Amino acid sequence: MSELQQPFLPVKPGTQPAFLHAPYGSSVLRAPQRPLIVVPQTLSELSGPVFGHGAIGTFDNDLTKQHAGEPLGERIIVSGRVLEENGRPVAGALVEVWQANAAGRYLHKRAQHAAPLGPNFSGAGRFLTDEQGFYRFTSIKPGAYPWGNHYNAWRPAHIHFSLFGAGLLTRLVTQMYFPGDPLLPYDPIYNCIDDEQAKQRMISSFDLENTIPDTALAFSYDVILRGRNATPMETHK
Amino acid sequence: MSYPATASQTVGPYFKIGLQYLDSNALCTEAAPGIHITVSGQVFDGDGVPVPDAQLELWQADDLGRFAGHDPSGRGEASDGFVGFARVPVNEHGAFHFSTVYPGSVMAPDVTRQAPHIVVMLSMRGLLKHLYTRIYFAGDALNADDPILTAVPVDRRGTLLAHEEEEGSEQYRMNIHLQGDDETVFFEY
Ligand SMILES: [Fe+3]
Repeated sequence: MSELQQPFLPVKPGTQPAFLHAPYGSSVLRAPQRPLIVVPQTLSELSGPVFGHGAIGTFDNDLTKQHAGEPLGERIIVSGRVLEENGRPVAGALVEVWQANAAGRYLHKRAQHAAPLGPNFSGAGRFLTDEQGFYRFTSIKPGAYPWGNHYNAWRPAHIHFSLFGAGLLTRLVTQMYFPGDPLLPYDPIYNCIDDEQAKQRMISSFDLENTIPDTALAFSYDVILRGRNATPMETHK
Repeated sequence: MSYPATASQTVGPYFKIGLQYLDSNALCTEAAPGIHITVSGQVFDGDGVPVPDAQLELWQADDLGRFAGHDPSGRGEASDGFVGFARVPVNEHGAFHFSTVYPGSVMAPDVTRQAPHIVVMLSMRGLLKHLYTRIYFAGDALNADDPILTAVPVDRRGTLLAHEEEEGSEQYRMNIHLQGDDETVFFEY
């Protein structure tokens, strides 16, 4: 059996949210009510789309350079690795990111927050991981925004991440949070998971080493994708 | 080193700003070999109200059952003009529509054949992780022995079947219900 036909490891209990999480109001009418049906993994899920550099444009990894001028806000560099559960790097993974601007406003027609939009920030990017699973992009730190889920509800600052690894069952959409955000304990989306470590892993770390003096702060954020049930291969250093 | 996979979080209401660039309503070009079909449907919430902000990501094999990219079965390249993937948004009425070729049969793990199907990954605000379901085609002779379809209780299999809008029309329809009596079957792998 080739490696591509190896099944993916089972999901570890408690590390992924349930569909229904009542404190998150929108889940109530949209979460399925019947138990999911557990079925074998087939070639249809072990395979998956492969995205090449054709999907990526010149400034897709620098959200501060997509317009004529610079966006307002704290410039940040976000970098890290995309790894499988067994620690192996995921090369060539398509990572898509989107976020609010520094004032907490999305460039989206349904965004309600009465914070200003600037002319120089769209808030979307994408890139591929390199051979060692590394990625890096430049942006500005997103602001918190109110969202009406409950009285005085504010989302903690976050960047949405979408990832395609090798195989459909590695598909992941998550959110990267910032260390020390006082809104985290009150956010029903961040708190939709029981496992405290699983929650902590969604929080990036301040990354002094990658800061650029007088120019940009830096945050480090690794993403782990569901791994295959393969025996450990050569170690990557 | 070993960590469990990073937790999923909802795409939220604003995913279009990051994901729309890849929107498409075709899984292949018109030149791809096979029987060209369209599939339409609507997505409904637990009140039976159309969901205006859902996104389907579709994945299927070509007319001969081969996947684009790296086919794990090693049966060679998918046909010219065949992509096999599309990101399909619903419109303000919760409706989706896409064109493709009728999928070929894909091998199951035990080397039996799967009936023709399209894998659907469904995302929207309110879903903390995406849902997996499948589109099968009513009347296909292979449905009776499909290892996934036959794992579904008989009374719920119908939720996975796309039907011809008119007999022999090659235009199929399948709605997705998140809850209720007709709740679509969703899978866990
Ligand atoms: Fe958001």
